[in-house]
Amino acid sequence: MINEKVGVYVCHCGTNIAGTVDVHEVAEWSGRQEHVAVSRDYKFMCSSLGQDLIVDDIEEFGLTRIVVASCSPHMHEKTFRGACLRAGLNPFFLEMANIREHVSWATSDKAAATQKAKALVKAAVERSVYHKALEPIPVTIEPATLVVGGGIAGISAALELAEAGHPVYLVEREPSIGGHMAQLDKTFPTLDCSACILTPKMVDVGQHPNITLMTYSEVEEVSGHIGSFQVTIRKKARHLDEELCTGCGICEERCPIKVVDQEFEAGLGKRKAIYRPFPQAVPKFPVIDEEHCTYFLKGKCKLCQKECPTHSIDFTQQDEVCQVEVGNIILATGYDLFDSRRIPQYGYGRLRNVFTSLEFERMVNAAGPTGGNIVLRDGLTAPKSVAVIHCVGSRDENYHEYCSNVCCMYSMKFAHLVHERVPDAEVFNFYIDIRASGKGYECFYHRLLKEGTHFVRGRVAEVTDAAQRPEEEGKLIVQAEDTLIGAQRRIPVDMVILSAGMEARHDSQELAKRFGLGCDFDGFFVERHPKLDPVATMTEGIFIAGACQGPKDIPASVAQGAAAAARVAGLIDRGTIMMEPVKASIRTDQCSGCRICNNLCPYNAIEYHLETNVSEISTALCQGCGTCVAACPSAAIDGAHFTNDQLMAEIEGILWDQRETEREEEEAAVPA
Amino acid sequence: MEHKEKPKLAMYWASSCGGCEISVLNIGEHILTVDQVFDLVFFPCIADFKVSDVANYPDGYIDLCLFNGAIRNSENEETARLLRQKSKVMVAFGSCAYEGCIPALSNLTSKQATLATVYDDNPSLDNPEHIRPLEEAEVPEGMLDLPEFYDRVKTLDQVVPVDYTIPGCPPEPEQIWAILQVVVAAFTEGAPLPPPGAILGAGDRALCDECPLAREEKAVSRFYRPFEIDPEPGKCLLDQGIVCMGPATRNGCKALCPRVGMGCRGCYGPMEGVEDQGAKMLSAIASTIDVGDPADLDEEELERKIEEVVATLPDPAGTFYRFSMGHSLLRGARPEPEAVTEGGGS
Ligand SMILES: Cc1cc2nc3c(=O)[nH]c(=O)nc-3n(C[C@H](O)[C@H](O)[C@H](O)COP(=O)(O)OP(=O)(O)OC[C@H]3O[C@@H](n4cnc5c(N)ncnc54)[C@H](O)[C@@H]3O)c2cc1C
Ligand code: SF4
Repeated sequence: MINEKVGVYVCHCGTNIAGTVDVHEVAEWSGRQEHVAVSRDYKFMCSSLGQDLIVDDIEEFGLTRIVVASCSPHMHEKTFRGACLRAGLNPFFLEMANIREHVSWATSDKAAATQKAKALVKAAVERSVYHKALEPIPVTIEPATLVVGGGIAGISAALELAEAGHPVYLVEREPSIGGHMAQLDKTFPTLDCSACILTPKMVDVGQHPNITLMTYSEVEEVSGHIGSFQVTIRKKARHLDEELCTGCGICEERCPIKVVDQEFEAGLGKRKAIYRPFPQAVPKFPVIDEEHCTYFLKGKCKLCQKECPTHSIDFTQQDEVCQVEVGNIILATGYDLFDSRRIPQYGYGRLRNVFTSLEFERMVNAAGPTGGNIVLRDGLTAPKSVAVIHCVGSRDENYHEYCSNVCCMYSMKFAHLVHERVPDAEVFNFYIDIRASGKGYECFYHRLLKEGTHFVRGRVAEVTDAAQRPEEEGKLIVQAEDTLIGAQRRIPVDMVILSAGMEARHDSQELAKRFGLGCDFDGFFVERHPKLDPVATMTEGIFIAGACQGPKDIPASVAQGAAAAARVAGLIDRGTIMMEPVKASIRTDQCSGCRICNNLCPYNAIEYHLETNVSEISTALCQGCGTCVAACPSAAIDGAHFTNDQLMAEIEGILWDQRETEREEEEAAVPA
Repeated sequence: MEHKEKPKLAMYWASSCGGCEISVLNIGEHILTVDQVFDLVFFPCIADFKVSDVANYPDGYIDLCLFNGAIRNSENEETARLLRQKSKVMVAFGSCAYEGCIPALSNLTSKQATLATVYDDNPSLDNPEHIRPLEEAEVPEGMLDLPEFYDRVKTLDQVVPVDYTIPGCPPEPEQIWAILQVVVAAFTEGAPLPPPGAILGAGDRALCDECPLAREEKAVSRFYRPFEIDPEPGKCLLDQGIVCMGPATRNGCKALCPRVGMGCRGCYGPMEGVEDQGAKMLSAIASTIDVGDPADLDEEELERKIEEVVATLPDPAGTFYRFSMGHSLLRGARPEPEAVTEGGGS
């Protein structure tokens, strides 16, 4: 016999809900339903006055279950659980009915919305009476943190934590940290030299006693949960002894093999088979690229080994695999540049003097392949005219519909750099809209207008070398509709720069799976809440920062790195946190040891005991996903807070009007 | 002291095959004890009683009624109601009464389709006038009536309140004898009866618990029907791809079928807390399917591979709901009141 007293609270959410759902009607109707002792509607249930309603009613009427019909539990489950707790009611006696995202925001049909709101409330009431009191599970937080990706976001996060006194493992896939920022020349809008502001931070990372830097390394496996993740890291063989190497660079000088550097120099320059991506690399140690090293290909050479003054080269070195335990993980794996070859009409790879933006960054960089000279592919001729095409691969339904956020700004930076280095050159920026919404960005745009950049508004249709007029001979012709004057234009130039957008890392899905978080349709990692929780993810203890979460510039990446670090530091300082007790458990007296569940758990939480012939779930590892609960054919596995009783009651509740019709039909069918 | 009367026993078959009666008789010489202890008051299979006899008994006259068979027609239902009224303890005996069993598989089609199959679409039939049984027929002697054939097969507990359930198709004789001993002790010595609603003659775990075959983690890349494979001895049948309902079925039969290399059919019904045995087993079976690492396959390929494995599982309804359709959440096909179903008729 169920003997619970349920309080139902229907929220208006201003007009968000009340504009579509007849909240008074829902509250009044709810009051007449079985189990319901009190029912009210209120403007903003999440306000302190709204919460007080719940607290007071629990005390006054002895309510044992609370149903709040409002927004998504993602928003306010915590809030209302808190209210229950303040009134001395176990927080798991709360159930929410989402009548905003699932009802009022999904339709404008008021009658249907009100009807659906009732069904959801009924379901919540029916479910709630089966709720059990649950107690949160305490978890100790291991103070070390893993940061994956050593771009500016990862660097910022690692330094913040290290400065606060917490140990950090920073894992970077490439031979050096720095990420894309290390490739850039100047940074908009202030035009400070990228290396000048980045290298000190890289050096800090390399020297910080609290940071264990693992470059040329990748995370292979992650298990565990917030507080205690076990991470397996593969450190690829650099083929040199880091204890001995002084980073003098003699090996690089002597190595006879030159390779086009597709990574750091974006294909514009060369490197050796033993190399550091750039002179300021952190750590200072080079790596041997096995694919191109003569010794690895032909079995002889070893010139570097012969010349190395400290005898640090070791051709026999193997990959190292190590295990670390961390309490939290920050992913800062950044972005890939959109591949401009995917838009053949822009001619990249076919027309010699079409460059990508990263190539141009390397070109203007004084330490880059051309020593900072802006020149055509011949390496000598300075262009007299340059076209910069914005939005390449972005804001385009054929490629990425989103705006890449930084291209407008860096395109204008490029225009400025051309004006600065080749004062006579004319610059045309082809844009759709100028997006310059950061601090000081609009001002930078105005500066460019004054510098004489020609801004042409319109998407470029084609870049071609097929001349139609004498002045087009030998030039690249950029064809676009100038939407401001409403005419097609053909502008002949010497050089074209494609401002390619940012896209998710090619392996972001794989990474997401390994770390147990989600990707959006574009492959960027999904944050817990787009506004209120931008660096946390749905998996507790896993945070994201920088461009892996979505296209963004350096200031935003740095801010996210620091934000993620602050979140982690908060957890470390608490030492212990309370984990949601929504976990699966096996009733050993009902388990027959059929072993169906044994290999299903994505978190490897299930173990079979041969001696007792039953399987067991490790509460610490279980994330409460419910996979095993559904699979167990003998109902021996309970998913706490998602029990059969609760779910069946919820379904019955949601179908209340169907049931009512059924009953009426049955009654009508009984012969009088 | 009042003369102690023998407790009264009834056993009735509704829509059933008669196997349950045979199983009762299979308790061997104990049947003599049953005869000594009980007064048989209704048992159409072995003694000549009429329904009118039962109707004349006072309410609650029968101490123990073992009701087997499903509720297929109005006569089954009327008798069930009558016996309920006359019995102190009403037991759903065997799979048909408990959860519909084979008769309830016809809930997957309509009454019309069933009648069409039985009276028309059958190679051994010759019925050019499409004669069907009528509920009423005028004959010279007067009006004849036949019970109404229902749209749906119901279980006993969908018609009358049931005190206990004994699962099995049929229940095992040893289990029957064990239960009878408990009941006899209750009636003769005042020992306590099991708690109302209990499932008797079966265990609390799944069949695997009493199955001697060795189990491993499951990864099945194709399923086999019994004639397609010689099972490896000593090894879990499901691990070998032979559908075995054991994990989703109550124990109590000592795993008779798996012991001889035949997958459990599921006749002892679902475990405590399972709403739908077929769905439970389907979701378990689905989770044993192994098509390699999904990460190595694109979505289409993955789907194709899964389809290939699933195609080796013929007749899922008949396999996973063989005994439990009447009680399942599925309930059966949606009745289409006047629809002319495949095979014509009506
Ligand atoms: C041409 C161009 C010019 C730009 N100019 C400017 C500018 O002037 N001003 C500005 O503010 N912004 C500019 N940006 C944007 C800027 O590059 C980004 O905002 C910034 O680099 C993002 O930093 P991040 O750390 O998130 O990512 P990244 O810089 O991409 O760093 C990610 C790091 O993670 C590593 N990594 C990736 N996957 C793994 C893995 N699985 N395991 C281990 N390590 C991994 C990578 O090797 C890399 O080192 C420009 C971008 C482009 C394309
Ligand atoms: S619910 Fe089951 S499958 Fe999911 S995490 Fe917990 S133990 Fe693993």
